[in-house]
Amino acid sequence: MCVTCGCHSDAVKIGGIDYTFPAVTQPALGAHAASTEARRIVQIERDILSKNDAEAEANRAFFRANGIMSVNLVSSPGSGKTTLLVRSVADLMPMIPVAVIEGDQQTSNDAERIRATGAPALQINTGRGCHLDSHMVARALPLLAPRPQSYLFIENVGNLVCPSAFDLGEGARAVVISVTEGEDKPVKYPDMFASADVVLVNKIDLLPHLSFDVAALEGSVRKVNRRAEILKVSATTGAGLENWYGWLAARRAALLA
Amino acid sequence: MHEMSLCENLISVIEAEATRQNFGRVSKIWLEVGPFSGAEPEALRFCFDAVSRGTLAEAAEFEIVPTPGTAYCMGCAESVVIGERYDPCPRCGSHVLQITGGTELRIRELEVA
Repeated sequence: MCVTCGCHSDAVKIGGIDYTFPAVTQPALGAHAASTEARRIVQIERDILSKNDAEAEANRAFFRANGIMSVNLVSSPGSGKTTLLVRSVADLMPMIPVAVIEGDQQTSNDAERIRATGAPALQINTGRGCHLDSHMVARALPLLAPRPQSYLFIENVGNLVCPSAFDLGEGARAVVISVTEGEDKPVKYPDMFASADVVLVNKIDLLPHLSFDVAALEGSVRKVNRRAEILKVSATTGAGLENWYGWLAARRAALLA
Repeated sequence: MHEMSLCENLISVIEAEATRQNFGRVSKIWLEVGPFSGAEPEALRFCFDAVSRGTLAEAAEFEIVPTPGTAYCMGCAESVVIGERYDPCPRCGSHVLQITGGTELRIRELEVA
């Protein structure tokens, strides 16, 4: 069964190939009769995401060993995440190799948009699932084979709730919010914004037509996250993107130093 | 609805412990859940019933132990308790807080046979 939502496992595809979930071994019931055995308390003290976190650490070690700067991009649907990614990939490719993992419930539309730039892209379809996990990324890596000394962008499923709990092993987490959304989104979805290393405020070219208050958004971010960089960008006009690329380069230098 | 996924992870941790600590059935689970864990206790309970069927934890009593949200206030130089990530310091009203507890999603102990 799908670990995400209980759907049938063939709903998940990585690069169009059916994905098999790690087997959950289920010991036969009745091997021990509870009524005749003494009950006892065992200490566990283990995080229930320990398995995901362990695989995320393995991914992180792989990225570090290969000089790969990986970025987990998360947002609501419609924030312009894919447009931002297409633009970033096109701008960065002349300087450094770039590869992309695309996560969506269905379709390979986004991977095709990335491939049109000439960069390798692999689509993960989560079926009815609401997030990517570290095992899906681990399975995708050998298929995508990102080059050493490159950038790897992982576009998560558009969802500001579930992906926050699942470390993929990324070197940085970028939350994208567009100015057509509410300024209070960071406090409505605090877990996601609290986990961000950088917040990209997208579609700033639309500001003259909106009553969006950028300072109020920054105030909302600061209520849940004191350290994240906040960068204002437009994927359409390219405004502010140099700051995003500069941030990525600095982060890469710090992580891979 | 990632609580379903979290419960699958919970069962898989318990199954690994069953081999390590030599037990075959689980009759009670104490799960620590913090207010900043990203998990909804009632959704966890609902999903656990579905996910535990046919496993060694089927029909186990599921006790959620809430843990407090704690933070260190830079201004007060003290630990404080907060209910939400965006709450200000209850003493001085500042948002310059470092979350120190409340993200727990941890199996504390099991009653087993």
